[in-house]
Amino acid sequence: MEATTETVVKPPTFFGPVDWLRKSLFSTWFNTLLTFLSLWLLYVVLRGALTWAFTTADWAPVTNSLKLFAVGQYPLDQMWRLGVIISMICFLMGVSWRLWGGTVRTFALAMAVALGVMALMPVRMDLTLRLWFLVNPALMALGYLTGRSPAVKSQWVMLGWLLSFVATIVLLSGFKGSALLPRVATNLWGGLTLTFLLALVGIVASFPIGVLLALGRRSSLPVVKAMCVLFIELVRGVPLVTILFMASIILPLFLPDNLRIDRVLRAMTGMTLFAAAYMAENIRGGLQAIPRGQEEAAKAVGLNGFQTMALIVMPQALRAVIPAIVGQFIALFMDTTLAVIVGLVELLAIGKTVLQSRPEWLLLDTEVYLFIAAVFWVFTYSMSYASRQLEVALGVGER
Amino acid sequence: MTEMNNDDIIVCRDVHKWFGDFQALCGITTTIARGEVVVICGPSGSGKSTFIRTINRLEEHQRGDIIVDGIKLTNDIRNIAAIRQEIGMVFQQFNLFPHLTVLSNITLAPIWVRKWAKAKADEAAMELLERVGIPEQALKYPGQLSGGQQQRVAIARALAMQPKIMLFDEPTSALDPEMIKEVLDVMVELARSGITMIVVTHEMGFAREVADRIIFFDFGKIVEQNTPDLFFESPEHDRTKLFLSQIL
Ligand SMILES: Nc1ncnc2c1ncn2[C@@H]1O[C@H](COP(=O)(O)OP(=O)(O)OP(=O)(O)O)[C@@H](O)[C@H]1O
Ligand SMILES: [Mg+2]
Repeated sequence: MEATTETVVKPPTFFGPVDWLRKSLFSTWFNTLLTFLSLWLLYVVLRGALTWAFTTADWAPVTNSLKLFAVGQYPLDQMWRLGVIISMICFLMGVSWRLWGGTVRTFALAMAVALGVMALMPVRMDLTLRLWFLVNPALMALGYLTGRSPAVKSQWVMLGWLLSFVATIVLLSGFKGSALLPRVATNLWGGLTLTFLLALVGIVASFPIGVLLALGRRSSLPVVKAMCVLFIELVRGVPLVTILFMASIILPLFLPDNLRIDRVLRAMTGMTLFAAAYMAENIRGGLQAIPRGQEEAAKAVGLNGFQTMALIVMPQALRAVIPAIVGQFIALFMDTTLAVIVGLVELLAIGKTVLQSRPEWLLLDTEVYLFIAAVFWVFTYSMSYASRQLEVALGVGER
Repeated sequence: MTEMNNDDIIVCRDVHKWFGDFQALCGITTTIARGEVVVICGPSGSGKSTFIRTINRLEEHQRGDIIVDGIKLTNDIRNIAAIRQEIGMVFQQFNLFPHLTVLSNITLAPIWVRKWAKAKADEAAMELLERVGIPEQALKYPGQLSGGQQQRVAIARALAMQPKIMLFDEPTSALDPEMIKEVLDVMVELARSGITMIVVTHEMGFAREVADRIIFFDFGKIVEQNTPDLFFESPEHDRTKLFLSQIL
């Protein structure tokens, strides 16, 4: 129980930075020693790293291949589609910022700053591209202004995000025979765009499948239960690489010739099913943590089985396992690199392509892989940051 | 079969219930009249909870009939749904929904089951919170309330469906002594309002004050039932006498 009465005695507080320093860094002679030792270590490492980064390192393979890292072999004259997608996201970010604030604002700001930095980057770049980078923050601002209209409701914005996801895939792939949006075969998709797409589809699709599997595993119908258990245990017993192989090489052998599923789609399917099995187990853990009394109370007030699950049990179960689920999303994001095994050129694979593209770049692998690691880190860290914020936001009122 | 008196809101005939091989209810036969306030007492494990939970089908009985307001409890989901809408239940552990505010806890069922508009449900919920004495807590979460306040919210939540019958399963047993009274006061007011109530409790003061009848359970059977006066003054069975000597 929380004390709600006002207390006269204030908790002890530090009085300023000096106090803070003394308290946390120099409280004993031993701590002082540790502090200096750490500072010295930090200095040595940082100096080494920065000196290397700014003098010895040759970032030419990175700065000259930004397009490759971003989209792989996607045709240059169709790049505008990617531009439209990013602009669309910027606009939606603006609306969401106005509507939801908080963490969304942090991300929107980070995105606007990143775009601004890119516009000013000291590399060879079209003027139109630079201008486009600058237009996006403006679009975000426009979205923000749109969000101020009382007509814009949360549900609509969510729908907007969902539609933008569909639009992204439609825009990227285009239509056969269309003049405006000619088809771009998926073997030309690559780089960060492909990494994102694989991860995003995996996350978006594995979540509902995982929920259904978790429910199926608890079902009282023996056939449903057995099938779910079988699927979950089979998939969890096999490495992702195996599943990707099965999806891309073995599966087509069983399918009729006229039913050829696209390569990227096959990899997506494999990753989604893999993630769904783990998701199911995470969610099952959450479901088990909900006391039986919750279900009984829901039934006693007259909710039916579906409502009890959707309104009472599942929201609590999901909240309990947010850290586990986000951890899994992060793992999935990094596991997209395994798609190289079935011939997809995602971000990591682009690194190899870039290194091999010119003989004088062959030995610059440190720079290239550091860059790729940094890109991965930025996105995985954003995800775990968002997860922590979500936990805080949803934790309202919990003991 | 239909010799049912319209004044009887609950009719139980020879109700049996087993948990595996263990028999928790051994032939319960009783009727409860409209507006009657019945207190059920008895030693731990005697089947009190099991009995009231069979009335709204949180437990399934395996033999005998239970008829609530003319509807017979069968496996038919529609019957179960209809009966649950007539019955409110208050649990020992409150079982409030921790992820919803107090107000949403109360309006949830009216909105989703009775399909009320949100404004109407909110208004009714505020009236109920007024009635149980904590309207100022409407926007808090259950975890921010004291036990007594939580149990009063639970009562309001059960009343929100405008039930004809209220079931209470040891509503004050999980409360600190100083909070018991605030919950009992609400229950006394409710009992006097004319709603049918079945209360499992060891609060004999409450039983004496508002009960029309006290039912004493032991080993899954009704040992004895009587008006409070007769029950306390001249219990017939030795088991009852022993029980009363232990708790009074
Ligand atoms: N789900 C269950 N599975 C197996 N046995 C059960 C179950 N629920 C109750 N029982 C048993 O049935 C008997 C009656 O239980 P019940 O909860 O109705 O007792 P009670 O009279 O409410 O006791 P208390 O005063 O302790 O709440 C007990 O012996 C208990 O162990
Ligand atoms: Mg009990």
